[in-house]
Amino acid sequence: MKTIIKSLFVLGVLLVFSACKNEPKNEATGTVLESTENSNAETAKQGQAFIENDESKPNVLQIAIGSSDHTTLVAAVKAAGLENSLVNAGPLMVFAPTNAAFDALPAGTVENLLKPENKDQLASILKNHVTPGNYSKEFLKKFKKLGQAGGESISVEVKGEDVYVGGAKILASIPAGNGIVHVVDKVILPVN
Amino acid sequence: MKKAINILVSLIMVAGLVSCNNDGNKRGNKGQGGLAGNAAEKVYVAPGEHDEFYAFVSGGFSGQLAVYGLPSGRLFKVIPVFSQDPEKAYGYNEESKPMLETSYGFVPWGDAHHPDISQTNGELDGRWVFINENNTPRIARIDLTTFETAEILEVPNSAGNHSSSFVTENTEYVVAGTRFSVPIPQRDMPIKDYKGNFKGALSFISVAPETGRMAIKFQLLMPGFDYDLSHPGRDKSHGWFFFTTYNTEEANSLLEVNASQNDKDFIAAVNWKKIEEYVNNGGGTKVPAKYAHNVYSDETHSATSTIMDEVLTVNPLDVPGAIFFLPTPKSPHGCDVDPTGEYIVGNGKLSADLTVHSFTKMLAAIENKKFDGEAYGIPILKFEDVLAGTVKQAGLGPLHTEFDDKGNAYTSFFISSEVVKWKLGSWEVEDRQPVFYSVGHVMIPGGNSRKPFGKYLLSMNKITKDRYLPTGPEVTQSAQLFDISGDKMELLLDFPTIGEPHYAAGIPADIVAKNSKQIFKLSENKHPYATITDGDAKVERKGNEVHIYMTMIRSHFNPDNIEGVKVGDKVFFHVTNHEQDYDVPHGISMIGANTSELLIMPGQTETFIWEPKLPGVWPFYCTDFCSALHQEMQGYVRVSPAGSGTELKWSLGED
Repeated sequence: MKTIIKSLFVLGVLLVFSACKNEPKNEATGTVLESTENSNAETAKQGQAFIENDESKPNVLQIAIGSSDHTTLVAAVKAAGLENSLVNAGPLMVFAPTNAAFDALPAGTVENLLKPENKDQLASILKNHVTPGNYSKEFLKKFKKLGQAGGESISVEVKGEDVYVGGAKILASIPAGNGIVHVVDKVILPVN
Repeated sequence: MKKAINILVSLIMVAGLVSCNNDGNKRGNKGQGGLAGNAAEKVYVAPGEHDEFYAFVSGGFSGQLAVYGLPSGRLFKVIPVFSQDPEKAYGYNEESKPMLETSYGFVPWGDAHHPDISQTNGELDGRWVFINENNTPRIARIDLTTFETAEILEVPNSAGNHSSSFVTENTEYVVAGTRFSVPIPQRDMPIKDYKGNFKGALSFISVAPETGRMAIKFQLLMPGFDYDLSHPGRDKSHGWFFFTTYNTEEANSLLEVNASQNDKDFIAAVNWKKIEEYVNNGGGTKVPAKYAHNVYSDETHSATSTIMDEVLTVNPLDVPGAIFFLPTPKSPHGCDVDPTGEYIVGNGKLSADLTVHSFTKMLAAIENKKFDGEAYGIPILKFEDVLAGTVKQAGLGPLHTEFDDKGNAYTSFFISSEVVKWKLGSWEVEDRQPVFYSVGHVMIPGGNSRKPFGKYLLSMNKITKDRYLPTGPEVTQSAQLFDISGDKMELLLDFPTIGEPHYAAGIPADIVAKNSKQIFKLSENKHPYATITDGDAKVERKGNEVHIYMTMIRSHFNPDNIEGVKVGDKVFFHVTNHEQDYDVPHGISMIGANTSELLIMPGQTETFIWEPKLPGVWPFYCTDFCSALHQEMQGYVRVSPAGSGTELKWSLGED
């Protein structure tokens, strides 16, 4: 059922976006029709996140978008308006909680965070999952803590072969064009 | 969860729908070019009209300084500073080669960073621009009457000359701080012994009030941190200088991890007046140091390079009460002082917040001796005691702050790729605008002085990706101009830049334009090989050196026929432009010359060397389209075999 809802969700989003495709847009140079090739991004969105680029190695945002295990995270990133920060030259290390990790939060938490009035709170939670840097799981073992983009520090612990950041276990790691994505099994909530 | 997803779906759909109808409300949008209002009108400078401001924009790794007009973004000139420039023969012709001499020999390229304009009483006076070279530590002074590099001073004991080249209120000093600490004096030692043994030199370079001539007054040998950026106190804090530091951990490897361990690094506050007094009373220690001092003369149209052999150093502990550390979070980059001199902004590049210190509180804490320990004997003030305020969650990766004349500050954020306007005192964010993309420094004309001209802000961006027509993997870097005269910033213009637009200084055009020279007076030309009258045109042989004293005027060279040159000779073309008319330069180029072609301003003399390799008759010609008869401006040199008896002779207009 969940999968069906996901597909519905994706479909819904696509429909909404494609609805924008053929609308005439008033450009600076006069009225021109936007080419359909370039209009798959949400028209209100601008910035590096929306550059057409299929030659470069995928960036951390593109990796998250391409993962069916991270639809909640991607939705949250969009709701918080953080797309452009995630495609920056960085380098950026993103700890990406899975959908299951979000599901494990107390009931109602995600719904609440996605409300427009809670955008700042959502953004600060998401920024607690981003470190300026690019370190492999193995290399992370050198650290005791990491300074996160949101301003707080999170701990790094090694248990056997496993590495835990802010209490979340790294499940997998995917190198990106502008950093690295470590998939984690928990949402790392800021202390404040 | 199902419910959550449903909500998500609806939310995103709503967002999507809204976005379709949102076009009219957008600002700074790609495609619309930011033209929500009358942006085009605001940047349009009609043909023949002049721009309101000069912007001096560093070329970064190009080593040069570009001069643009604002608001048009038109490029007027690239001033060669630290790199050879074939356009003007800078660093190629014999006169300017000494400008690029260093203690390491001839270094014909450089990494230009932070231009700063000279000041009087804390206001821009438009006499000189200073700019630092990061790699081979040097400070240059550009003369704004000629828009040429007038002087370059190497900075010894420095490495990565980055917290430079900022001037005090009356241009008493231009300051150059080292980014990398090194052994002082340099010596062979294990790298792992860095901690406690390396030093960071902060150099205070005096500037002669009339001539601008630079000399190192003293070098303060600080603990071995990295000194990143700096700014002088203004007004009430005049007499102090502030330097951001990072790597207070004194790590010598993998700094991206090891230099981020301390939650706070320091801003070093240096009471330079106190140290100046100490030095004037005989304080400090002279130590051997080798560094070049290169000076260009507008009279001889030539540069000289002198190697200096000692420098005065000051141990901070010998001047108690002159240096303090202000704890500042997260590897601060920019160190900026507001026009009143009260606020010192530390832009913690790994922080989401901006930390602002109070000069008044700092003085009080010093007075009350409220210290929180010390570092290498230098007192550390308590963070809470000096903190004026924090701009909370202003953005990601703050780098640099400039100020307007209405009590607002503007900070660049690299990671979140935006410029954020905030209020001094309330620390509230007032506006934020995205930049395209990844801004480094920002510039408001006069924005680091007591008198900012808060009309425009220039954002200098490291990355452009899709903003311009593509030009292969290397695409232009870019500047973006914002109108900041209203409550909200408005994006007006994108324009491409030379090299990396690392940092800039801007000034109202009327302060500078009126002093701009139009010609060099021929009668004042003291070049040793100048040819002041046509009667003096000649060719002289000294062994295998042949010196041609040549003149040029529309539309011929004198002489234009030369014989008696032989294979194996070293031929010096000393060419004087006899024009005394504005904007009539001439060029000269010689087939087979391996040194340079020249571009010579009216009244000026320049020299290139030609070593002919084959017998024959070889042409030269004017390379600057000077006149209707430019194509006729040409001549020949006859080259005979080595040892031939061809007589040396020269002529113009003879059969």
